[in-house]
Amino acid sequence: MAGAFEGETITRRGLMTGTALAAGGIATMAFALPALGFALGPVFEDTTPTRWQDVGPEDDFNDETYVQRVINIAPDIGEAGKTTIYVRTFNPDRDKVIEGQDPQPFVAISTRCAHLGCPVRYIQASQKFVCPCHGGVYGFEGEVEGGPPVRPLDRFYTRVEAGRVEIGDRFSLNSDLERFAPRDPSNHLDGLWQYLYPSRPTT
Amino acid sequence: MTPPLPRALRPKPPRPGDGRNGPNGPVVAPPKPTVKDRTLEGTASAVGWLEERTGLGPFTRVLLFRKIPKGTNWYYTLGSATLFAFLSQAVTGVFLAMYYEPDASRAYESASRITNEVFLGEFVRGMHKWGSTVMIILIFLHMGRTFVFGAYKYPRELNWVIGVVLLVLTLLMGLTGYLLPFDQRSFWATVVAVNINASGPLVGPYLADFLRAGAEFGPTTIPRFYALHMLLVPGLIIALIGAHLYLVAKLGTTAPPWLKAEKKDLLTEEI
Repeated sequence: MAGAFEGETITRRGLMTGTALAAGGIATMAFALPALGFALGPVFEDTTPTRWQDVGPEDDFNDETYVQRVINIAPDIGEAGKTTIYVRTFNPDRDKVIEGQDPQPFVAISTRCAHLGCPVRYIQASQKFVCPCHGGVYGFEGEVEGGPPVRPLDRFYTRVEAGRVEIGDRFSLNSDLERFAPRDPSNHLDGLWQYLYPSRPTT
Repeated sequence: MTPPLPRALRPKPPRPGDGRNGPNGPVVAPPKPTVKDRTLEGTASAVGWLEERTGLGPFTRVLLFRKIPKGTNWYYTLGSATLFAFLSQAVTGVFLAMYYEPDASRAYESASRITNEVFLGEFVRGMHKWGSTVMIILIFLHMGRTFVFGAYKYPRELNWVIGVVLLVLTLLMGLTGYLLPFDQRSFWATVVAVNINASGPLVGPYLADFLRAGAEFGPTTIPRFYALHMLLVPGLIIALIGAHLYLVAKLGTTAPPWLKAEKKDLLTEEI
């Protein structure tokens, strides 16, 4: 090899160049990787721990219409963490029962539109949820009836403790109202789509 | 090759006999230097001092006194106008940062305080807000000029690519800046924007989590948008503007397409 003494497999210059580059690379990685991990950390962290929130006594709710309640979905940011939900009693005779999934005692519908996350509201006269932003329309069970939404409205787990209704974690549903881990709006859940929009460690 | 100095800046040659003993006896002593002379001399010596230590002269000449093609017109100033818009955003942004508090419970109040209480606050915030729109309009006009004049063609393709990256970064500035006033409009617009990011298959949901710093808009979402808006993205923009300008100076600008190359005579001669 040019520039190398007999028996050497690498020149001194080559070794020194390689060492200097490696040292620089290691030094750069030593600050860049921790900094990157620091910025990406929240992506791998469950930032919404389970909390059960009291929304009133059982008698407040019926299975004919929705009652509006306010819960807090993001602590520590004041008003911005609050959200409206619509609650009614589950009616096993009329509501769809999914085989293999224990029905929730209450239907607690999230007002986050499944299109892009605007707040929907319930219109009692037509028994529909409508979204102000891009015209999404949902039926009584939160199933898509029109507009751009890609799946039914999300719901919350519910339970009854000492006669009072409590609201827990959010979950998402596909068009057959089967339960999935909570997804962001705009994420399809039917068929193969559920694999293109995976559930995340943050929820 | 470095272009020559403009005529006005070239040193004047000495007049014959100035300040010397001529064959007909001593010449009259040179007049005392006037204030103007001394100012010029002082400036020249300061510039010379800098030039001797940095060698920036040829570089500056390439940048400022380079030759430009015939037909160069006002449309060629759109790039400089965009740069000026960016500088205005940078300056007003730095001063807005002196009063703004990137905290979910304080952001709206501090932004209203800038508008309603701080001296000239409404004006500076207004410049930043409207300036952002102006900058994006200017970028598109600049891009349109480059496209219509064919100025993106060989050898300037790389500069077009850098320009497109700058466009994307500027739009990102608009996106991250929109949340900061933290009123109803900016909150819901950003909710929609983040969910549009979430609609990308596979990476989308994680990208949305990265932007929000979690599954919901939380206490660290605003600081995150603020850091992107005033540190990361502007840093990238400044670096890329440097590269963009270097390539403009290096490659020169193009003549407008309606000017035909003066080749006719040349061809006749060669034949």
